[in-house]
Amino acid sequence: MKKYSREWIVAGALGLLMLSLALAAPHFFQLQPLLSRVTSQMPAMIVALGIAMVIISRQIDISLGAQFSMCAVIAGLVAAQGLPLGVAIAAALGAGALMGALNGLLVAYLGLPSIVVTLATMVTWQEALRLWQQGRLLNLPEGIQWFGMSQAQGQATVIGITFILLIALAWGMKNIGAGRAIYAVGSDAEAARLAGINPKRTTFGVFVSMGVLAAVAAVMNLVQSPQIQPSCGDGLELKAIAAAVVGGIAIRGGRGTLWGVLPGLFLLANVNPALTHFHQPPYWEKAIQGLVIILAVVADGWNQKKQSKG
Amino acid sequence: METLLQLSGIKKSFGAVRALKGVSFELKAGEVHALLGENGAGKSTLIKVITGAHLPDAGTMHVMGEVVQALTPSKAQELGIACIYQQPALFPDLSVAENIGLRLKKSRAHAKVDWSGQRLRAAELLKRIGAEISPDAEVASLSMPEQQLVEIACALGSGARIVIMDEPTASLTQKEQHLLFAVVRDLRAAGVGVVYISHRLEEIFALADRVTVLRDGESVGTNAVDQLNESQMIQLMVGREVSSIYPPAESKAGDVVFEMQHVSCAESGVNDISLTVRAGEILGMAGLVGAGRTELARILFGITPASSGKILLDNKAVSISSPAEAIAHGIAYVPEDRRKHGVILDLPIAHNITMAIHRKIFPRRFLRKAAEQNLALQMIRDLGIKAYGPDAPGSSLSGGNQQKVSVARWLATKPRLLILDEPTQGVDVGAKSEIHKIIRGLAKEGLAVLMISSDLPEVLGMSDRVAVMRGGKLVSIVEGENAEAASIMAAALGHNSKEVA
Repeated sequence: MKKYSREWIVAGALGLLMLSLALAAPHFFQLQPLLSRVTSQMPAMIVALGIAMVIISRQIDISLGAQFSMCAVIAGLVAAQGLPLGVAIAAALGAGALMGALNGLLVAYLGLPSIVVTLATMVTWQEALRLWQQGRLLNLPEGIQWFGMSQAQGQATVIGITFILLIALAWGMKNIGAGRAIYAVGSDAEAARLAGINPKRTTFGVFVSMGVLAAVAAVMNLVQSPQIQPSCGDGLELKAIAAAVVGGIAIRGGRGTLWGVLPGLFLLANVNPALTHFHQPPYWEKAIQGLVIILAVVADGWNQKKQSKG
Repeated sequence: METLLQLSGIKKSFGAVRALKGVSFELKAGEVHALLGENGAGKSTLIKVITGAHLPDAGTMHVMGEVVQALTPSKAQELGIACIYQQPALFPDLSVAENIGLRLKKSRAHAKVDWSGQRLRAAELLKRIGAEISPDAEVASLSMPEQQLVEIACALGSGARIVIMDEPTASLTQKEQHLLFAVVRDLRAAGVGVVYISHRLEEIFALADRVTVLRDGESVGTNAVDQLNESQMIQLMVGREVSSIYPPAESKAGDVVFEMQHVSCAESGVNDISLTVRAGEILGMAGLVGAGRTELARILFGITPASSGKILLDNKAVSISSPAEAIAHGIAYVPEDRRKHGVILDLPIAHNITMAIHRKIFPRRFLRKAAEQNLALQMIRDLGIKAYGPDAPGSSLSGGNQQKVSVARWLATKPRLLILDEPTQGVDVGAKSEIHKIIRGLAKEGLAVLMISSDLPEVLGMSDRVAVMRGGKLVSIVEGENAEAASIMAAALGHNSKEVA
């Protein structure tokens, strides 16, 4: 089995898309719009890293979009009080960690299925936000957008932080005991337990990380606009899960690397702009994204079969 | 009498393991035919061939005079073959009547279920075997023996002519046993042929007309039960020379490393075990499947902690309540089913080997890649693991090499006590003797080894002492030189060894 073969295939597909765009629609690569498009994907990138870890540990978290919205609103409200940005960020991170811990507690220590637990928490956070905010747009004070810097500096900061997170987490999953434990638990929790790993603690930690990453993503989203919507995270979970699956994270756990999330996300995210630049109707976006996801899943199944035979 | 079932020259291999090497078997109408053999002799495989779960590689099978080819489980059912497994295969969330109904009638997908008819039929069948079970009870709420009775009711209802019973009394009380015997005798009187598998010799004498003994995948003879006594049966089961392929024990046992005093665990049924293992000693653990050997290992490794008794390591009492604690005390456990919980097939060999020593090899929690690679390379060399390198995934290895990786993981922890559970199960002959050499070599280096094995020649060939368990209890400990296959088998079966010798 070649190392990172899946990641390279997806990266290659992304490269091909970019190349054909460069030939057919060179204005796609104008610096400012390109930078804006990349920056706008960074929050999704961060939650996709989190969900990738959750899936590797053979769990799922569909409440990440609701966590994202909740953290965004909390940070926005704190900032609207005139408190410094640092306090707003801390509040968001705290809220994210708590929501992640609740999921982790129910899944790891009570042994409840994660799909049910996170469905319940998703609905709870969404409805709580609806009652609390009544769908109001929240205006953010000056000095929040782009961390109070120029747009270019702000964009560079958002992209920089995201890539630092990507590199640190991808490296850590491979080279830190805790990362190894996540793979082991996702592959075979009983075997991991027999090897002295605590599967419950590992699972709990993964859910807390997910919550914290949702909060980081919410902050990276917050600084990009002058207003914040209480429903800003709706549907984010599907986007993140799709990016992870296309990037080679096996949905049955234990397999895939966080590196794959990068080309996976950008491949899916570029379907729409590519359609626009090729002058095709944009209605095809979802269908094409769906097709890419199906291809990814089929490739996984095929690989699986080949391996079990060999 | 009519011959219901005739098997001849049945062969079946799983990879390199030859489970059946040419078995012949015959079942007549109106007889109870016992099938006897030690663990791994091929009984289960033979049953699966008869029920169509496995296709034989060679040999012929006749059912009621007709040649049967390409048998499938559903075809076997149509031919009137029913099997009652040790572990009932019922749907736990459905009622008794639904379970029986599902089994008896191949209804079409759109046909309406005849609830009252189904219920009446179930009640009648249950009554016929004298079972006091309500047809409306949910199967999950029934005890194991009750579920077995439901299985028997299914077999009865399907009008089966060939009924296979795989250790049906293993979990029954005395009263339930008598009930079952009566049912079996009824079946016989009705002209049904019963294949009866049991380890309890007294049952075979009480119930069976003929007995066929299997040994190492071969049938070693069919006799009328009244022509054999218990000793002869045991001799037939174990009667073979222990070959000299085992590495010799050269080491002298050192100090007692490990001691158990009156250890019990209510949860897993292990009862009052006291034993010691010395440095450099291999203590073999013999017994039948379900005798409590794996359960004992799980206690020592903290998976199901002991409920009473004392465990001493180097003469100091220790408490072991989790695998992590056991590892910290220097206990290593290579579990029974390596495919399930020994080696993680997705992960590379190197990751598998360092899995139990993350704390040691990751100073300040960061991995030293070089250290991991070196350790993996050293293990690959020392244990002769055949793989293209430390990055090869576990799934790319053969069974024997997976087992070596599983052992390597535990050697990496530098243990004092190594527990091996069925170390060579499903491993081909070559790899088997390599694993034996590795185990002997480890003992020579002063490791205390507790080896659980159902392979009697392996226990005899490898062990310095042999402990025998039965029904969760330790029934005897024999010094290696005095250990004989027949006496160990007798102890495992629960017969007085003097009668045998």
